[in-house]
Amino acid sequence: MRLLDDLARKETFIHRIHPLIKLLTTVVYLTVVVSFERYEIIGLLPFIFYPILIFAFAELPVAPILKMILLIEPFIIGIGILNPLFDHSKVLFGGIAISKGWVTFLSILIKCSLTVTASILLIATTGMDRFAAALRMLKIPKIFVLQLLLTYRYISVLIEEVSRMIRAYSLRALGQKGLKWSAWGSFAGQILLRTFERAERVYQAMNLRGFTGEYYTGDIAKLSFQDLAYFAGWSLFFIIARIYNIPILIGSLFTGVMR
Amino acid sequence: MHMADALISPAVGGTMLATTAGVAAYSIKKLQNELDEKKIPLMGVMGAFVFAAQMINFSIPGTGSSGHLGGGMLLAILLGPYAGFLTMASILLIQALFFGDGGLLAYGCNVFNLGFYTCFIAYPFIYKWITRKGVTSKRIFAGSMASALVALQLGAFSVVLETLLSRKTELPFEKFVLLMQPIHLAIGIVEGLVTAAIITFVWRARPDILEKAANEEAFGNISMKKVLTALSIAVVVVGGLFSWFASANPDGLEWSIEKTAGTAELEAPDGIHETLSEIQSKTALLPDYDFKASENEKTAGQAENAWPAVNAGTSVSGIVGGALTLALAVFTGWGIMLIKRKKIKTTA
Repeated sequence: MRLLDDLARKETFIHRIHPLIKLLTTVVYLTVVVSFERYEIIGLLPFIFYPILIFAFAELPVAPILKMILLIEPFIIGIGILNPLFDHSKVLFGGIAISKGWVTFLSILIKCSLTVTASILLIATTGMDRFAAALRMLKIPKIFVLQLLLTYRYISVLIEEVSRMIRAYSLRALGQKGLKWSAWGSFAGQILLRTFERAERVYQAMNLRGFTGEYYTGDIAKLSFQDLAYFAGWSLFFIIARIYNIPILIGSLFTGVMR
Repeated sequence: MHMADALISPAVGGTMLATTAGVAAYSIKKLQNELDEKKIPLMGVMGAFVFAAQMINFSIPGTGSSGHLGGGMLLAILLGPYAGFLTMASILLIQALFFGDGGLLAYGCNVFNLGFYTCFIAYPFIYKWITRKGVTSKRIFAGSMASALVALQLGAFSVVLETLLSRKTELPFEKFVLLMQPIHLAIGIVEGLVTAAIITFVWRARPDILEKAANEEAFGNISMKKVLTALSIAVVVVGGLFSWFASANPDGLEWSIEKTAGTAELEAPDGIHETLSEIQSKTALLPDYDFKASENEKTAGQAENAWPAVNAGTSVSGIVGGALTLALAVFTGWGIMLIKRKKIKTTA
């Protein structure tokens, strides 16, 4: 999470794109990728251009972000892996018989990697504050946006607190796996009470600084021509790649040339 | 239980986003009427609490395994339904953005599955009903347990419905249900136990917190009848929408069907096809190998929409083209990075 915060502070061409535009582009991307039917594999491949170009232009480190994405994959593998169990009908692909279930599994896996990457890249190039500003521009009520930002801000604070408590507990409970039954309520409850008190202090501090329920996002430049072009360009690419199966076109061209 | 973008179709995702936005707008309106701005920081920090509490391993006696807290019921009980629902919504948004846990398109589904059933079904109709004659530790236990179980069963069933309506997996309905419901029964028991333990502790230490949340009417002055009517109308409308989408195209909302083979579009009287086949007939030794096959396939594809026949011709071009696309993408990215690095070096 801190990594994503730091990355969002970079100053590249991608970072300077209007947050609303980046949000909308991501939504178009996700919609188009998800709209492919379940047996599609090859037609999905051109969509890898989007994350790769963002990685490159925004100068993002590939390894740590890939690691985050890989952490998610087990969830989707859990559901996807059942497909081969239920669909045994075979299909011939390049002379090899593959069960359809594996094809759907692979398709889901690719879609999942692409969509998860797109969401993480959105926040890694935008940052929570500008993302929240984009939400405000979409007329999302300020109660929700403010509350979202507060949650986000306090996650790292509370996670530190909880991990200190867990460490203290486990040092006093040798060889015990997890929190024992009798401590469930008191352990989590203590944190909860502290959380309530913290919320009270936060509220008092906000009041002292003149909080009136308003939320200010600071300067966000108006939409520029560049922003619109960015949105239009990507959308056009996504739609073309959705309608035409680009790899097959390239492939038939090259197999033709080679022969 | 978080649904990923990869498992839903745009139609299902969009419908659920709209539904969730409606419930959220209603909750925000309710909160604004209460004019309790003190609740905003409380909601924010409580959201962070649920996040942090998910790190705790609650070891389950006698099993050797451990469970985690979901937090939906806890939020509903401590903050009331409206604030609880909005807090759950922001937790899920952060999970989707930062951890890729659940997606942006599936966001509506996830908020509905995890937030709506806990805050607007289980809390008012089960928890509030059990604790209506005052709070005791037994009633807290029964209320938390029953509401967590019901909320998770409903949520799991929604996951099944949403996944099946999206037609992205091959799981048959009965098998999926038989898989999901028992798993979520176990998860629900753990959730109920943990929620009960925490609520009981808070009730003993700071009863005022619980009283404050409990005094809030779940549905204000709206009668139960109205709520049920509204719900059943919503069910009919949503059901109607889904079935309309489902019947518009037998294979979901997919634009076209023969995509795996990539054929139907090639037949379109576009320049691309003609130029390509021209170039190909000039260069290829076996000019008919590919596109003839495609034409045969189109008819095959029409006969059986769900699975277009893939023949060797398109498979080869598919594999070659796919590999080239990937190589091109990686090469482009690598090239940009190299150029950028060079620039930094020269400017430095």
